[in-house]
Amino acid sequence: MAERSEALQGWRLPVLVVLGVLLLAGPPLLTSYWVGLLTQAVILAILAMSLDLLLGYTGLPSLGHAAIFGVAAYGVAVLSTRYQLGFWTCVAGGILAGTLLSALLGLIVSHVRDVYFLMITLALGMVLWGLSYRWIPMTGGDNGLSGIPSLEAHAGLPFSGPIAFYYVALFVFAVSGALMAVLVRSPFGLTLCGIRESEPRMRSLGYNTWLHCYLSYVLAGAFASVSGVVWAYYNSFVSPTYLDLTASSELFLMVTLGGPATLIGPVVGAGVIVLLKNVISAYTARWLLILGIVYIVAILAAPKGLWNLRRGRS
Amino acid sequence: MADVVPALVLERVSRRFGGLTAVNAVSLVVQPGERHALIGPNGAGKTTLFNLISGELRATDGRVRLFGEDVTSLPPHTRAARGIARTFQITRLFPQLSVLENVLLGCQALDGRKFTMYRRLLSHADLVEKAEALITRFGLAGLGGERAKNLSYGDQRKLEVALSMAGQPRLLLLDEPMAGLSSVESRSMQAILQKIDASIAVLLIEHDMDMAFAFAERVTVLAQGSVLVTGHKDEVGANRAVQEIYLGTTGEGSGA
Ligand SMILES: Nc1ncnc2c1ncn2[C@@H]1O[C@H](COP(=O)(O)OP(=O)(O)O)[C@@H](O)[C@H]1O
Ligand SMILES: [Mg+2]
Repeated sequence: MAERSEALQGWRLPVLVVLGVLLLAGPPLLTSYWVGLLTQAVILAILAMSLDLLLGYTGLPSLGHAAIFGVAAYGVAVLSTRYQLGFWTCVAGGILAGTLLSALLGLIVSHVRDVYFLMITLALGMVLWGLSYRWIPMTGGDNGLSGIPSLEAHAGLPFSGPIAFYYVALFVFAVSGALMAVLVRSPFGLTLCGIRESEPRMRSLGYNTWLHCYLSYVLAGAFASVSGVVWAYYNSFVSPTYLDLTASSELFLMVTLGGPATLIGPVVGAGVIVLLKNVISAYTARWLLILGIVYIVAILAAPKGLWNLRRGRS
Repeated sequence: MADVVPALVLERVSRRFGGLTAVNAVSLVVQPGERHALIGPNGAGKTTLFNLISGELRATDGRVRLFGEDVTSLPPHTRAARGIARTFQITRLFPQLSVLENVLLGCQALDGRKFTMYRRLLSHADLVEKAEALITRFGLAGLGGERAKNLSYGDQRKLEVALSMAGQPRLLLLDEPMAGLSSVESRSMQAILQKIDASIAVLLIEHDMDMAFAFAERVTVLAQGSVLVTGHKDEVGANRAVQEIYLGTTGEGSGA
């Protein structure tokens, strides 16, 4: 498995160890500001990995992936604030909302490829964003929905505070990451790479590639929903910005900047983007402009992403 | 012979591209285990005919039957499930994947386990064994970990054929497997083709007349989308029209 045995070549293993130690042991030594950033990075890393299933592995460039994440977050917000439902109901409801939505949208988007896929996911993402903005009785419109109970209160946890929340997020991240890592190494995972590499050949070998793309889209949506649920509890607030094009573009950049079809790359990308966004926002309001510049620099300096930097001949 | 279900039956199959009739009312029968060569000048419609048989293209007229079943309106993947496999004139591999992964995609294509998500592919020992056996059989031993795009052209052509054999087809369509190979590579490809299981029907498009006649017992000559002549290779080789139109003045076909 050419791609995989190379996965931890050279500088990658030491970097991974340092990152792992930092994620596991860092937070108690950090100020709450940095714990917050790390928490954001870990939650968005789940989202970025889920997009990697689509973009990196299957070769389907979605520009509406944040919308799925946002709908799951709204699911938690609506169920917990409007209906005062219990913790597990809200978690299941949020994940189910995002996943069922993906199952529905997948029926449409799995028919198209390449730039058409990009445009149709963009359009559907905009529709959902519009819905969150306009369906005021349900979503609170521009004001969003606040008052999502804190995780420890809602779930009845014996501990509280940002560090505790961080470790919960890290746990969800680790489980989701492990599941996705198994998925991409499974027989099904290889079929996704096959579709990315040559869909006509896959069809002539006997694969119903539509079905594989559909399943990939739904699975990516399910993991995006998990991320959205954790995000809702982290912010105890949801708003239409979760679903907007900027969110989807940032996400797209996390994957392409980090290194598609590696899973680890998008995690690194999520960390870099969260860091840049928070640091730069302190100095300027032109985050989108900076984002664009980062994109251009990334494409020039590391066209295959940070995690594939200096990957060697092949 | 009458009660044997043919591997392939084409009934007046046509395909038009706008004003151009690339394939024109072609009828053809291929029996199980038959070695059949399809020859004809460039642009005769050979590749288009393959696309109609494998389902990459739909016929504008006529019917395609595989093993007795009408598959005219079925897509490529369901035709593959019925026992057909093909190679492409222009190599179509999975360039970024390793040779082993390429062949594994062929091996699991018609296996229900292709939907397995919770177990590592490499832990399916039987699939890996099957793939490795195929890699060795096609003279690619030792290259399993190499990315397909890094192989030499000759090895890529071998992989192209290995991929099509991985699903254990009953009808194999080979589109110019020898084209562009050096004479050494070409001989090793011929040796591989000779060893294909006798129960598999093979339809071969081949540019080189000698090779086509050496490989097949039956030959069909296509010209401008229509069947010029079809039959045993001796009859076809002796046919005047074939000699004039296709063989030119060399006339070497009859002795091959
Ligand atoms: N997709 C297509 N669209 C339009 N014309 C095509 C297409 N495919 C093939 N043709 C035309 O059909 C004719 C037969 O092509 P082809 O089947 O590739 O011939 P061969 O394989 O015998 O060399 C050619 O004139 C070619 O230009
Ligand atoms: Mg051709």
